[in-house]
Amino acid sequence: MTGKIELGRAYRPSDDVVVREIEGEIVIVPLTSGIGDLEDELLTLNETGRAIWARLDGSRPLAAVVAELESEYEDAEGEVRVDVVGFMQELYDRRMIVEKS
Amino acid sequence: MTAKSFVRKVPSGMSGLWRATAPKLARLDIELTERCNCACLHCSVARPAGDAEAEAREWPTERWQALLDEAAGLGCLVVRLTGGEPLLRSDFEEIYLHARKLGLRVMLFTNATLVTARLARLLRDVPPLEAVEVSIYGMTRESCEAVTRAPGSFAAARRGLGLLAENGVPFVVKGAVLPPTRGEADEFEAWAADLSGSAGPPAFAVLFDLHSRRDAARSAVIAGLRSGGDEFVRFSRRHGDEAVGEWGEFCGRTGGARGDRLFICLPAAASASVDPYGRLQYCLGLRHPATLYDLAAGSLREAVTEFLPRLRETRAADPAYLERCARCFLRGLCAQCPAKSWAEHGTLDTPVEYFCGVAHAQAIAAGLLEPGEKAWAVRDGAERAKRRRNGS
Repeated sequence: MTGKIELGRAYRPSDDVVVREIEGEIVIVPLTSGIGDLEDELLTLNETGRAIWARLDGSRPLAAVVAELESEYEDAEGEVRVDVVGFMQELYDRRMIVEKS
Repeated sequence: MTAKSFVRKVPSGMSGLWRATAPKLARLDIELTERCNCACLHCSVARPAGDAEAEAREWPTERWQALLDEAAGLGCLVVRLTGGEPLLRSDFEEIYLHARKLGLRVMLFTNATLVTARLARLLRDVPPLEAVEVSIYGMTRESCEAVTRAPGSFAAARRGLGLLAENGVPFVVKGAVLPPTRGEADEFEAWAADLSGSAGPPAFAVLFDLHSRRDAARSAVIAGLRSGGDEFVRFSRRHGDEAVGEWGEFCGRTGGARGDRLFICLPAAASASVDPYGRLQYCLGLRHPATLYDLAAGSLREAVTEFLPRLRETRAADPAYLERCARCFLRGLCAQCPAKSWAEHGTLDTPVEYFCGVAHAQAIAAGLLEPGEKAWAVRDGAERAKRRRNGS
């Protein structure tokens, strides 16, 4: 999938993946074909990834997610935004999230 | 936020996925039906496809769906759908899709004869995430149907494989070394290597279990088909001594007697099986009444958190087992287990001479035993296996 993540847009999990929480781990399982390159692997999120993922309900633009996380994490200015956009771009490229229409 | 890598890819084999506690149930094997449209000579399960009595007792769609819901809730990641021939179930697609929508990976075991264009497209669009495992018993119509005893099954299986390949559905083929197919192994491997869509090298079944429902007539047929230990060694050596070296290495790694605990099978530690009628078992082959749990009268959670842990504490009582198997250092080679004992003797803890003989033949080939030695009588067996592993 091509396209750039934009802070002004809202995103939600794709219907092409199933997200499971198992023993404290978030596990993302492809449902349809062509999701990333995960035919033989599973994807889990680290703590940072989980904090972002939990806010991906499509209800607010990504900029609002960044603002929420900036209030929780004491990172250098702009670092959270860079991290969030990087994470979202990875998920978007894997077709694991979609723009909220 | 300091971590720059937010995601972690882990192999689907599950080891390494869990940083804290592993789920109580990692894999669930579901035998959707005992019925099969083939009647393979060596099969330890199958009933005729038209067995109405068996079909009437099989769990309906919604029971399987509810069980899958419960399995996913327990953290299960992989479900194996097998049989009999699971594609005989008219609701197979419903059950399959239900599992996949729960985020379960699906291992499908089939003979491929009932694969349709529609099913192949479904497996393409909603992939099982595990290679489909296809049993193909013969390189010619004559040899194949001498095993399957189902006219038309050779062509139907080839057609099914073709549909999987056309739709890019990964599969692996599995053969069997039986009187009609002996001598075909090399040809089978060459065919499998060139097969479009094949996701890996073929596997062969060489050592066969007796009938797991203890049908004496069926067991007698299977016993007559079995390869002996020496034949198994010869088959394993057909491409060189790599397998024999692995036996010695593995035995050194698992060295030491198994003791009197009967359920020491590590792969089954977080898995369970369910028969077509909703009875949970330790594994697919073990049907001893004392090892069954009726899911209709309980729950999957209770079965995996209470019933199976109790079962795993079962100790052997048979004097012959305690004299031989419990003291034997070949546990890494020997297939002895409660399921084999059940199929052969109707017990959990009786030594199975067939598998004992095969393990001894392997051990002699691997340099772990001298001809005539009995492994359980070798006092320094574990040390011997370790020395062999270390090359000294």
